[in-house]
Parts: sequence; structure tokens; C-alpha cells
Amino acid sequence: MKILVTVKRVPDPETSIKVKPDGTGIVTDNIKWVVNPFDEIGVEEALRIKEKVAGSEVVLVSIGDKVAQEQLRTGLAMGADRAILVLADDLDPLGVARVLAKLVDDEKPDLIIMGKQAIDDDSNAVGQMLAELLGWPQGTFASQIELSDDQKSASVTREVDGGLETLSFPLPGVITADLRLNEPRYASLPGIMKARKKELKEIPVADLGVDVTPRVTITKMEPPPSREAGKIVASVEELVNLLHTEAKVI
Amino acid sequence: MAADLFSTPEHQLFRDTVRKFVEEELAPRAREFDEQGHFDKSLYKKMGALGMLGLKYDPRWGGAGLDWSYTAIMFEEIARGDNAGVTMGISVHTDMATPSLHAFGSDELRTRFLIPAIEGATVSAIAVTEPDAGSDVAAAKTRAVRDGDTWVINGSKMYITNAATADWLCLLAVTDPEAGYGGFSQIIVPTDTPGFSYQLLDKIGNRGSDTGLLFFEDVRVPVANTIGDIGRGFQQQMMQFQDERLVACLSANAGAERLWEVTKKYCEERVVFGKPLSKMQVTQFKFVEMLTQITAARELAYECVRRRLRGEDATMDISMAKLFTGRMTRYVADECIQLHGGFGYMRESAAGRAFVDTRLISIGGGADEVMIQYVARMLGF
Ligand SMILES: Cc1cc2nc3c(=O)[nH]c(=O)nc-3n(C[C@H](O)[C@H](O)[C@H](O)COP(=O)(O)OP(=O)(O)OC[C@H]3O[C@@H](n4cnc5c(N)ncnc54)[C@H](O)[C@@H]3O)c2cc1C
Repeated sequence: MKILVTVKRVPDPETSIKVKPDGTGIVTDNIKWVVNPFDEIGVEEALRIKEKVAGSEVVLVSIGDKVAQEQLRTGLAMGADRAILVLADDLDPLGVARVLAKLVDDEKPDLIIMGKQAIDDDSNAVGQMLAELLGWPQGTFASQIELSDDQKSASVTREVDGGLETLSFPLPGVITADLRLNEPRYASLPGIMKARKKELKEIPVADLGVDVTPRVTITKMEPPPSREAGKIVASVEELVNLLHTEAKVI
Repeated sequence: MAADLFSTPEHQLFRDTVRKFVEEELAPRAREFDEQGHFDKSLYKKMGALGMLGLKYDPRWGGAGLDWSYTAIMFEEIARGDNAGVTMGISVHTDMATPSLHAFGSDELRTRFLIPAIEGATVSAIAVTEPDAGSDVAAAKTRAVRDGDTWVINGSKMYITNAATADWLCLLAVTDPEAGYGGFSQIIVPTDTPGFSYQLLDKIGNRGSDTGLLFFEDVRVPVANTIGDIGRGFQQQMMQFQDERLVACLSANAGAERLWEVTKKYCEERVVFGKPLSKMQVTQFKFVEMLTQITAARELAYECVRRRLRGEDATMDISMAKLFTGRMTRYVADECIQLHGGFGYMRESAAGRAFVDTRLISIGGGADEVMIQYVARMLGF
């Protein structure tokens, strides 16, 4: 089976992010870039399916700047078979979903696995939009994925408020990965060396003939307010009083 | 950082892999390994699976066939795992006990011992030093006497890293007491051979590694376990020492850099007389002086790596690098413990541990004075 997995280049979650003084974005100097952690989980899940289902192919897709090659190389080193990089400036979620839908037309995968969201913008939208554009079923926030023996359908367990929900649907479909789906492997040295010879195709977004005109524009970014120092109170009465009059929580 | 050495995407990916391994498997347990006095053998299997244990070795034996730049990356990252003993244990296995076997061992020996070593299924140790022969390696007395197709070994070896963990030793033994430098051989001794025993030693630092005194009482191993030619052991060991010293420099330099970072962070947070320690000019001077020394040591070690990449002899540079790194790490650890104050004197502090750990660099693998003697000889004094 053919599995398409998305890989977004995002700032390392350990990096401390600074907003540009003019509020147009974040300061990108000296940032370490990584594969979006949810996408990494997606890659791992695809590789596990490939290990079980003989003859499977895992194709990675990234949309962005040329440097996103680095993240695709990471996925290839983990074990994916080939990669596609669509060269484009920052797109909004609908733009990304449309580009992916076009690639799906060309590639005809049996399954698409994506991170439930990218940790940079936290939009949590592309998976849902893509399923809608394709008219495919979707299983979002997957914490477990089971394929039927004939790989014609999938059952996806999702962590919802107060319990687990299991959805079953025919493939092809879109699944988005939640944190507890698996623990991604690291690229082994032999994997890294093999990845050198794997195909990484670059496509300028203009060549796809997709309308990616942004519907969303970022008007301003600002850092969250810095936390104020705590206050030590002398008695329970004072605490209750302040919770009532100042914090207004009781 | 030395863009010429680490230029390809593969270098970066490998660094990421080792860093993740260190962050997840080694660093969180650094103190636990100290308490245990060794680290878990199962970690070798994980490293083997990631391809970390045979970086420079021929793919025929399961190695990666890569150059020294990858070894540099691996030990720079492992040294950030906050446990010098663990770094030493791993480097003994990858670069101190196995290079001779790889270079000179018979195909049969390499199949039996090198392949599982690279897989991480077995762990090795290097047994050269004796109670009465350290700096003067040629004074070694451990004797292997030939009995048909068998060596019968008697003697003892001192301060041997991986003493309890090792499955086999690369042993330097006297095979012909009359032949001087031509009277030594390197012999592989599996540690489950009858007559072999060890006793662990209590070290002041590098406590995450098991160091021991080894005893050989009529230990019998096949003559076919000899690495390379009988009588070439001393010369082969001298070559093997070159790898050992370069790896020691690369990891110790990275360890010093890490300690510098940790200490800088501490000084930015520690407030004395109303302001952070790092705002005092005298502290800033210290940090700049330290970084200058660290950078110089690192560049000297990189120069050795470059020589290796060009296939040149690096003995002189490696000897100087080992000397310089040993002194640099001692100085950096001393400054950092001072900057930490009382906390630096606690076992849990990185500076306190480095203070005892780094002291080894100027002794192990050839003392400073021995390095100086080498260079003096090469200069024709
Ligand atoms: C933690 C640890 C781990 C070790 N691991 C191993 C191992 O795995 N395998 C192994 O074989 N060995 C190992 N060693 C041994 C180490 O290599 C020796 O300790 C080292 O070579 C010094 O030998 P020595 O201890 O016998 O000191 P000695 O040879 O007695 O030297 C003592 C001191 O004399 C001085 N000196 C020596 N030669 C000269 C000279 N020519 N001119 C002037 N001064 C001189 C130096 O200051 C030296 O420190 C380890 C040691 C330690 C402490």
C-alpha cells in the first residue's frame, strides 16, 4: 500500500521563541529546526505499517522553503522511500490542503497520515480540510491505528473527553496522529547513509496550478504576557479575601 | 564549528541521532550509572542497532566504513551525556580495544569477535597496564607461554576499564621475553575462560565505569586468538594508542565545553552582592579565557582529525593534543568549581564531578610526561 505522510519544518520545541519587534512574525536567527513532532509520529506509524504490509511505499511531502529538505532527509533516514518538496512561501491551511489534494491526484495513495497539528501555528486544520477536499473519510487525533487484513479499511482510536472513541472507515482516508500513537525511532546510521540515494523531488508550487491565495493573514503577533511574581499571604482569611476581590475566582 | 569537517547533511543527521540517544538513554540516568559503578550493557545493543559502534570499520564486519569526522561527532555528543565514565567505557570498546583487531586480525577472529562487538552484542576491554608497568609499557610482565596450539597466560593487568562488563579482552602479553620490543603479542582473551578473574577498584571519579584489576592464572586460549603476527603486539598497541588518545581529546573537549555552558547558565542565575555573578567583570574574564582554551584544544584535535582524513601520520599532533586537552580540562573544571562555590563541591554538581573526572585525562592513555617525551623524541632531542 502507498502511504503519504506530511513533514513540516518547525522550530525545535526546546527553542525559546522571540517575536519580532514589529509583530510580523518570529525571529528566526539561531533557531534549530526540526520535523514537526506530530509528523514524526506520522512517519513512524507509516513505517510500522510498511514493516507489516509487504510491498508498501512511504512517500513524504513537505511544503515550504528549500531548506525543508533537511526535514525530509530526516524522514528518509528513518526509513521512508522517497520525498516530495513543494517549494512555496508560507501558505495558510487551506492552501496547504489544496496543494496536498493535488499531489494526492497524482500519487494516488491508499492512506494519508499527518500530524494532528504543526507545533508552530497550532492550526489543527489541514487534515480535516484535506479529507473534505478529497471527499475521503477522516480519523483525527489517532492514538491507535489498525488496518484490516486486506488493508481496505482502517479503525482509528481517538482520545476524546472522558474516554476512547473508535472509528472504522474504508480506505483511502486521512488519519492525523496524536501524541500517544507511538514513539518515533531515531534514524540509524545505516538509514542515514541509505537516505543519500533516495529520491527527493522538488516541485515549484506554481507548477501545480493550484489556487493558494491566502484566506488568512496574520495581522500581528505578540508574546504572551510575562507572568507576574506571586504574592505570599499571611492567613487563610486574606487568601480567601484576595481570591474574591482581586482574582475574582470565588 | 569546523564546517569543513562536518559538511554533509549526513553529518547533521548523525549528530541529531546521537544527541537524541544521549538525551533519552544516557543523560537522564547519569547519576544512576555513578551509583551503580557501571552502565547497562543493554545500551551497547541499542548503540549497535543505531550503527554507532563500528563507524570507521569495514562494512564487511558490520561497520559503516566512515571517516574520523563521524567518530568526532559521536564522542562530542556522548560527552554531553554528563557522565565521563560512560564516555570512557564506550570509547574503550569502539576505539581502544578493537582497532588492532580490525586492522590486523584474521578473518576468522574478525568474524568471531569484531562482528558481535560492532553489533553491541559483546563488549571489549583493553588490557595493557600492569601493577608495575604503566607509562613504561615495555616493562609489562604478563606472560603467554606456547603449549602446542594454545597460549597459557599468567600475570595481572591493572586499572582496566570495562573490567566487569567486558566479554573479551585485547590483551598485551609477553610471548618472547628475550626479544625486547619484538617479544609482545596482542591476544584475544574471552572473559569466561577458566583462570580469569577480576577485582573492581574504587576510583575518585569516572564512577560510571567499572575499572578493575585482572588476574590470569593458567588461562588457556588458542594461539589463533593472536591479533596479527606473533611478536608485533607492542607496535600494534602503539598504533592503537593513537586512536585512543584522539578519541579521549575529542570527548574531553566537548565535555569541557558542556561544563562551560552549564556554569555560564549558573552564573547568570546566581545572584551575589545584588547582581548576577555573570555581571561581574572578573567572571566575564574567566569565561572568555576558558572558552579560548577550549577552542584552542578543539581546533588542535580537529587538526588531528584532518590529518587522519588525509591519511597522514598524526602521532605528533595527537601527542600535543592529548597534553593540551588534559591541562585545559583540569583548568576549566577548577575554574568552574570555583564559580559554583559550595554547590560546586557537591557530588551532584557537574563542576564537582568534572573536577575529579577530568583529572584522568593527564594520566590515562599515557601521562602528560609521556606525551612530552614522545614529542621531544620526534623533534630529535
Ligand atoms: C580510570 C583509569 C582507567 C584506565 N583504563 C585503562 C585501560 O582500560 N587499559 C589499560 O591498559 N590501562 C588503563 N589505565 C591505566 C593508565 O593507562 C595508566 O595509569 C597510565 O598509563 C599511567 O601508568 P601508571 O599508572 O603505571 O603510572 P606510572 O607509570 O607509575 O607513572 C606515574 C607518574 O610518573 C610520571 N612519569 C611517567 N613517565 C615519565 C617520564 N618518562 N618522565 C617523567 N615523568 C614520568 C607521570 O607523571 C606519571 O603520572 C587506566 C587508568 C585509570 C586511572
